[in-house]
Amino acid sequence: MQAYPTETDPIFGRLSWEAIPFHEPILLATFAAVVIGGGALLAALTYFRVWGHLWKNWFTSIDHKKIGIMYMILGLVMLLRGFADALMMRAQQAVAFGDSAGFLPPHHYDQVFTAHGVIMIFFVAMPLVTGLMNYVVPLQIGARDVAFPFLNNFSFWMTTMGAVLVMASLFVGEFARTGWLAYPPLSGILASPDVGVDYYIWSLQIAGVGTLLSGVNLIVTIIKMRAPGMEMMKMPVFTWTALCTNILIVAAFPVLTAVLGMLSMDRLLGTHFFTNEMGGNAMMYVNLIWIWGHPEVYILILPCFGIFSEVVSTFCSKRLFGYTSMVYATCVIMILSYLVWLHHFFTMGSGASVNSFFGITTMIISIPTGAKLFNWLFTMYRGRIRFELPMMWTIAFMVTFTIGGMTGVMLAIPPADFVLHNSLFLIAHFHNVIIGGVLFGLFAGINYWFPKAFGFKLDDFWGKISFWCWVIGFYIAWMPVYALGFMGVTRRISHIEDPSLQPYFVVAFIGVLLIAAGIGAMLMQFVVSFVRRKKLRDITGDPWDGRTLEWATSSPPPDYNFAFTPVVHDNDTWADMKKNGYARPLKDFVAIHMPANTGAGFIIAALSALVGFATIWHMWAVAAVAFVAMVVVIIVHTFNYKRDYYISAEEVTRTEERHTALLGSHV
Amino acid sequence: MLLPLLWLTGCNTVVLNPSGDIAAQQAHLVVVSTFLMLLIVVPVIFLTLLFAWRYRKNNTEAKYDPDWDHSTKLELVIWGVPLLLIIVLGAITWISTHLLDPYRPLQRIDEKRAIPAGMTPMTVEVVALDWKWLFIYPEQGIATVNELVTPIDRPIKFKITASSVMNAFYIPAMAGMIYAMPAMETQLNAVMNKSGTYEGFSSNYSGAGFSHMRFKYHAMPNGDFDAWVAKTKAGGGELTRAYYIQLAKPSEKDPVRRYAAVDPSLYSAIVNLCVEPGTACMAKQMHDDQNRNAAAAAQRKAEHQASKNGNVGDIAKVAQLGAEVCTTADKPTISMKSNNASVSN
Repeated sequence: MQAYPTETDPIFGRLSWEAIPFHEPILLATFAAVVIGGGALLAALTYFRVWGHLWKNWFTSIDHKKIGIMYMILGLVMLLRGFADALMMRAQQAVAFGDSAGFLPPHHYDQVFTAHGVIMIFFVAMPLVTGLMNYVVPLQIGARDVAFPFLNNFSFWMTTMGAVLVMASLFVGEFARTGWLAYPPLSGILASPDVGVDYYIWSLQIAGVGTLLSGVNLIVTIIKMRAPGMEMMKMPVFTWTALCTNILIVAAFPVLTAVLGMLSMDRLLGTHFFTNEMGGNAMMYVNLIWIWGHPEVYILILPCFGIFSEVVSTFCSKRLFGYTSMVYATCVIMILSYLVWLHHFFTMGSGASVNSFFGITTMIISIPTGAKLFNWLFTMYRGRIRFELPMMWTIAFMVTFTIGGMTGVMLAIPPADFVLHNSLFLIAHFHNVIIGGVLFGLFAGINYWFPKAFGFKLDDFWGKISFWCWVIGFYIAWMPVYALGFMGVTRRISHIEDPSLQPYFVVAFIGVLLIAAGIGAMLMQFVVSFVRRKKLRDITGDPWDGRTLEWATSSPPPDYNFAFTPVVHDNDTWADMKKNGYARPLKDFVAIHMPANTGAGFIIAALSALVGFATIWHMWAVAAVAFVAMVVVIIVHTFNYKRDYYISAEEVTRTEERHTALLGSHV
Repeated sequence: MLLPLLWLTGCNTVVLNPSGDIAAQQAHLVVVSTFLMLLIVVPVIFLTLLFAWRYRKNNTEAKYDPDWDHSTKLELVIWGVPLLLIIVLGAITWISTHLLDPYRPLQRIDEKRAIPAGMTPMTVEVVALDWKWLFIYPEQGIATVNELVTPIDRPIKFKITASSVMNAFYIPAMAGMIYAMPAMETQLNAVMNKSGTYEGFSSNYSGAGFSHMRFKYHAMPNGDFDAWVAKTKAGGGELTRAYYIQLAKPSEKDPVRRYAAVDPSLYSAIVNLCVEPGTACMAKQMHDDQNRNAAAAAQRKAEHQASKNGNVGDIAKVAQLGAEVCTTADKPTISMKSNNASVSN
């Protein structure tokens, strides 16, 4: 517990030198590494004079493709942080037995598991999913950009600023020690008076705004901006899942914002929504946070289901089996995901009828999910399967996810949940579905769409090493944890009494090391692919013999995506176009109306992060100034009329001719 | 798939090999549901690997049918088979959830024995403190910290609450967990069938001392239990309210403590957040609020009536009601029954 200055300074609030963790060697070393590494990166950027380029072409970009790529980079960077937390936890649990207290005291360990959960969900899975949707959806529906390009840029920066606040808590102050959902009364002001929970609240509030707005944006994009001929039932499955996911986001995230808002009012203003006294009730928080939290799980997994659908049909060179039932399954899952939240706390003492209602609704979700699995299975049936990396990830997913689904249904039976809830069995279950479902899906998606985004394929050799390390590592890391759940080991403990359990934790740690090798191989894959980019180049824009519209344009696509908006006749549009001898238009190009870049999104988001930071530390003067500045920037931005520009017909012609020449050189 | 599970059931997995009847039924459910689901899971995994192998690109002998994307019969199977399984599992869930509802008084001692006539459950009041466990035995008038002792083959009714933050009360060998929450009471009905010493702990993270929030649970024959009670009573020490306030302060790895006597109103005061002298009990506050609201509503209604009729007698009645609102006498406190973990209706 850190001591904070009690008097409230309007400028520094409760922030003082005490907040810098000089006494924590692990943090200090990390901080030194970040300073040296970050300093070197900044120096390099300055030396090569790329700041201007970065600002003009990336940070202020409202191009959905660049924003998508920036989301992916954010997600991958945060994956390294979240995984470092995972390594520390597994190492701690592998050594902290009997007399050994391990190397992480509870004060630090409790922050680590909280940060791990928050980061992996909000700042790894969410940016990666959003990034892929951002990049791919407009291309798949034949649009030039999303419906609200500026909003898109703003959403990205809000998400990033949330991540910045989480990272800041590492070196300035501390993070929450409450678990990733911060249940009160533990997260209330009495049990957690320090800044940790405030960091938690504000980073999620700021990132949450970004997620919500990006959800609105993509819904409108999908509803309003589809190419002519693309009826709802001709949309690619990935776009369908993206639509359902964003509907879930728009319906669920306001609940998160509200519940965290009430928690911060309890903490700051002395209200009693979730306190023990004065009519407050913590169970209300638990219900509300899971009314957001359960749909959140489907927000993550649905787009991955979409990725698998695209990948399976592409690499089996076959139409997706049961398109219609796939779409209905997605929609059913979307609706049911709102009717199951209570299964996260059967043990809170609800009556038997309430518990069994939510248990049974939970099981019902496994029906459409099972139907999806069978649909992928029968897409493979009588296909011609090419085992490229995306397809390998898909097979690994189908096997792994089935096991995770089974353990999920076990947990859905309330009396069984009474003995397994909060145990390591539960932890193994949700890592089984999140790693085996979401992450494997994202890796499939990254390998699948990377050539589209960058114009060259990812290296196969390192990709396969990464794949095998991840998959084998996953099983070695998590199967012992399932077993530990049956031995009655509970989650979130930093020290284990029974020494006979140590071998299981050691094996799990070895599995995590293997996963670490998988992550290393993946980074290596990016580097090697960049070095060998000439050899791996994708000239045609259609490296996998794709079936949907994103493969109809060049790799990487021009700023305007399509010189002429394509016309759609079939749900495998591009496969249908190829079959019917589609000819690329070569002349009569016209000027294209495009949105213009703006720095407003970055500035507003940075100011809101400052508001958050100042509020966390009770720096009221700073918070007020930053808030006013934010409002001023928003108003000024509304007077910015230079919001668009035209790409001239000549330039479109030049771009298209370059692509034509490239295609010619290939043949 | 099957082998690891069989291996687990035979191993030191307390969850699958418990010693109490409730936990045994819960473990049985885990196993039954697993086998039921394996009926689908195994074929799916097998078919995935089979199809992946059979329809690999190099195997040109396998049939290739690029436009085959629909089959009504297959769709029926795809949706129907999981549906059937879920109907079965759903029925099991509905029945077992009601039978194993922690609030439901036990119907039997174990698989073969019904509860003997005249045997009533023994009550144990459980308080999760930061970070230790307090057990109050109201019938015996004793209390312990970080040690639970009960007779075997007698139903135990746990009444569970917490002092400041949420925890969960869990003895894997005996029965499933249930949350321990401040200002509320949850219940757990369970029975232990084998003598022995078992592990109990908090299974809901509750802060810095959580990892060591464990206790030993000793289950023993009735005679031994009586002897233990007598010994504890002879050991002296009384758990008064003042002492409880000291005890409730955060501490870790507390030694076992036993008290020969305990303030009989202590548990109710903990649930109602009124252990500290001078604090009002929640149940009483709510009771008073309810009376005030009812009286105020009655007055509004009467005023409404009176303004309609303009009758003098009615107006006098209103005045009388108004006076009642201001002088509502303190009624005896009702115990706040938070069955279903909500404030009673």
